[in-house]
Amino acid sequence: MAAPLLEVDSVTVDYVTDVADIRAVDRVSLTLQPGEFLGIVGESGCGKSTLLFAIAQLLSPPAEMVSGSVRFGGHDLVQLRDDELRHVRWRDYSVVMQSAMNALNPMKSIGAQFKDTIRAHVKMAPDAIRARSAEVLRLVGIDAVHLESYPHQLSGGMRQRAMIAMALLFTPQLVIMDEPTSALDVVAQRSLMNQIKELQLKLGFAVIFVTHDMSVVGQYSDRVMVMYAGQIAEIGATASVFEQPLHPYTKGLLDAFPSIRGPRRDLTGIPGSPPDLARPPTGCRFHPRCPEAIPECAGVEPAVSMVDGRAVRCILVGEPSRERGGHDG
Amino acid sequence: MAVPAIATEPGLLGGTDAARGSQALRRFTQAIVRNRKATAGVIILLILGFVAAFPGLIAHDDPQAAIYDQSIGPSAQHLLGTTQLGQDVFAQLIWGTRLTLIVTVVVSAIATLISMVIGVTAAYVGGMTDRALSLITDVFLILPTLPLLIVLASYLPPGTITLIVVLTFTSWAFQARQLRSQGLSLRARDFLVAARVRGEKTSYIILVEMVPTMTSLLVASFLGLAVFVVGFAAGLQFLGLGNSTELTWGTMLYYAEQSGALEAGNAWWALAPGAAVAFMGAGFALVNYAFDEISNPALRPVRRRHGSPAA
Amino acid sequence: MRYIARRLGLFLVTLWAALTVNFIIPRVMPGNEATAVLATFRGVNPAALHALEIEFGVNIHQNIVLTYLQYIANCFTGQFGVTAERNPVITEIMGKLPWTLGLVGVTTVLAFAAGTLVGAVSAWRRGGHLDAILPPLLFIVASFPVFFVGLLLIFAFGVTLNWFPLASNYSIGATPSFSLSFIGDVLDHAVLPGAALVIVTAGLWIYSMRNNMISTLAEDYVKMGRAKGLPSWRIMFDYAARNAILPNLTGFAMQLGYVLGGSILIEYTFSYPGLGYLFYTSTTDHDLPLMQALFLFYTFAVLICVLLADLLTAGLDPRTREA
Repeated sequence: MAAPLLEVDSVTVDYVTDVADIRAVDRVSLTLQPGEFLGIVGESGCGKSTLLFAIAQLLSPPAEMVSGSVRFGGHDLVQLRDDELRHVRWRDYSVVMQSAMNALNPMKSIGAQFKDTIRAHVKMAPDAIRARSAEVLRLVGIDAVHLESYPHQLSGGMRQRAMIAMALLFTPQLVIMDEPTSALDVVAQRSLMNQIKELQLKLGFAVIFVTHDMSVVGQYSDRVMVMYAGQIAEIGATASVFEQPLHPYTKGLLDAFPSIRGPRRDLTGIPGSPPDLARPPTGCRFHPRCPEAIPECAGVEPAVSMVDGRAVRCILVGEPSRERGGHDG
Repeated sequence: MAVPAIATEPGLLGGTDAARGSQALRRFTQAIVRNRKATAGVIILLILGFVAAFPGLIAHDDPQAAIYDQSIGPSAQHLLGTTQLGQDVFAQLIWGTRLTLIVTVVVSAIATLISMVIGVTAAYVGGMTDRALSLITDVFLILPTLPLLIVLASYLPPGTITLIVVLTFTSWAFQARQLRSQGLSLRARDFLVAARVRGEKTSYIILVEMVPTMTSLLVASFLGLAVFVVGFAAGLQFLGLGNSTELTWGTMLYYAEQSGALEAGNAWWALAPGAAVAFMGAGFALVNYAFDEISNPALRPVRRRHGSPAA
Repeated sequence: MRYIARRLGLFLVTLWAALTVNFIIPRVMPGNEATAVLATFRGVNPAALHALEIEFGVNIHQNIVLTYLQYIANCFTGQFGVTAERNPVITEIMGKLPWTLGLVGVTTVLAFAAGTLVGAVSAWRRGGHLDAILPPLLFIVASFPVFFVGLLLIFAFGVTLNWFPLASNYSIGATPSFSLSFIGDVLDHAVLPGAALVIVTAGLWIYSMRNNMISTLAEDYVKMGRAKGLPSWRIMFDYAARNAILPNLTGFAMQLGYVLGGSILIEYTFSYPGLGYLFYTSTTDHDLPLMQALFLFYTFAVLICVLLADLLTAGLDPRTREA
């Protein structure tokens, strides 16, 4: 197996407030191979976006990464100084955010924002800059004339695609995406996802894709990571997770989504709501809502264990005795 | 990634009105004690309130009695010196607190009230009424305050009532916009829609449903306004357009300036009331600032373990 | 374009409101100030006298609407009548205008530049030492009455240290000229009042700018700037400060009314013979024509600045071009 592109080890993120510190991400570890598409799913508030920003080194106060390492390209990003990190940004990994309307500077034209980005990293003649900008726009199917346009002049779908184009300016090895399709209607969503997948296969970059939409993850990702209450619930190859989910939460998520083929069945939701992270449940965080819970679940916090190449955090499936969260092979 | 939402409106938690009220009061007091700025501000205001209520306990001289040596500097018997007429400046300062505080509080309260009625009505009724009221508000906001105050005060007979009237007239507009914005955001909320569907009258909805929910903004408006009213009242009186026969800090400043106190040797006659006005302004400003921080967590002081830019 | 039209509309309505205030007040207020004042005006230039009669409603026996329109026409042609000393109001105002323009104009620009810069930096470096002391300190200083700062400066630097003169705009007996010594004298006299103005108004702008900046820094596009690896200074200026100032330019301009009010008090405190001091003397002299004309001038000044800010916003903010 080739060397992993990204190794996230035991990352923990706290929100530091006057009253108490809230642990939004608890000892999450994962690895990513070059060119791999990893989907991260979970309910709102499970910490998936926080994890994403932690990996990208984009946390802002009051969020703070209190421990863990993010090894990328031979360096631990956490240990890098600001100016060293700056060189890595965008060239080796880039970020696509949820709402392009908010993520693009409303006062600068698309072209100007591309130019800013390019000039921050390389010296290039204006013509070359323009050529490259037009090239990435073409990749996502936008006419180069829109380099002069301002964000509010583009449609929602176009804006998202422009953001993706911007992320590809330096053809990075990794693109981190935070729910880029949530703000779009279903048709635009599909079109955008197809485009992303196509680009990924063509240019060969890896993707970490955060979403709450199981169907997107099921269709486009190679591996999937399920998060609950700031912790990993399950990680594994998408096909096998979908076919045979091991963690009760994953089962619940899959049961809540209809399949277009296959027999009609009743949809079941997961009763209750995600826990207050200021006061998480004792033992397994999911046990109050888990249909398979046994008395031990409230007492013992399960560690992540490996089952058939899958990482699962559940005492019903793996052994509870391991101390640290492991990562899948 | 959004910061986890922190509930700021005590009124929206469940429970009876009494329970909600006492819970809100408790949270409010906790917040004040925890925030240094709020504590400082509240202490300042309490001191001023005490001085205003019981001046006799602190200053033993009669402020109006012109019986001492004239225009002398600070000494043991006269902590802040005497005026040109031989009155004790310290006594004047202490006894002047009451009227100064009363004018400030009355003007701020009435202006906030007017501001709220206009802002909320504009927000709730909408349409042409909204456009008209907003236009009026904008006009009052742009008209320069002190020049307008000067014109109005020059025509009316001098006195405290005039002072209160013209100050209220020129300052009600300051907060009307914020109150209107909040009114607009509240308008679509479920509890108001429910009231509308129940068939309640507009005035009922505005007064009984909307206003209590806006208490935090109203208090903030009152405090923010008070900061400016203190200054404008003093300024107007300083120019001699207030109530020169009454004793306030502003009128002290007027007489001190007229007699050239700064050069004549008892500079404190001018500096002390000025400092007192600044003191009161600072008190209101601190409580207002802290109030802003309490109700908008984004403004709170940032505690950082490692240095990093703000973005 | 609609944006400009709307702002222009507000401009005109406010101007109309100020004109109308001037027209209504003498007619509505208790007592017959105006009649008494005008009764003393004899042997005055007839055109000026007539203008005053129109403005104050004395000896006018015609339709009030007609009077009103004539009054407005007079204002536009600069016919404000005469002062208590029988000088044309307009000449009196124009004579003092340069002094106020110089003092207030320069200090306002300085205060705005310094204020927005310090506000931006203080918000950018939150959690640092600057941010811990500066905002509450400034908020307090900005809530000082402006004349108090003036009095303090007079006492500290004028009376006690004797570094600067205490009053007026140039020394008594000096003849105005463009000579270096005269200009030096003028500047010498302008330091204390200027300093007082700068301190208070900068405080105001630092506070506003800091709050705007904090909101802007929370925006996603600033985070994106960081994500893209842009240098810090570029993010602060190009993505944050610009976006914090521009939409709020009009708001900043509206604060000019407060600044102008402060300048009136400062001129009074320092006996600086500009328009503000004129305003003050017009009240003690009961010089109603002068007072009302000055009110109009001050209002007009604020309106012009607000309109300029609106135009700048419309020109520089791409979002308003569509509206």
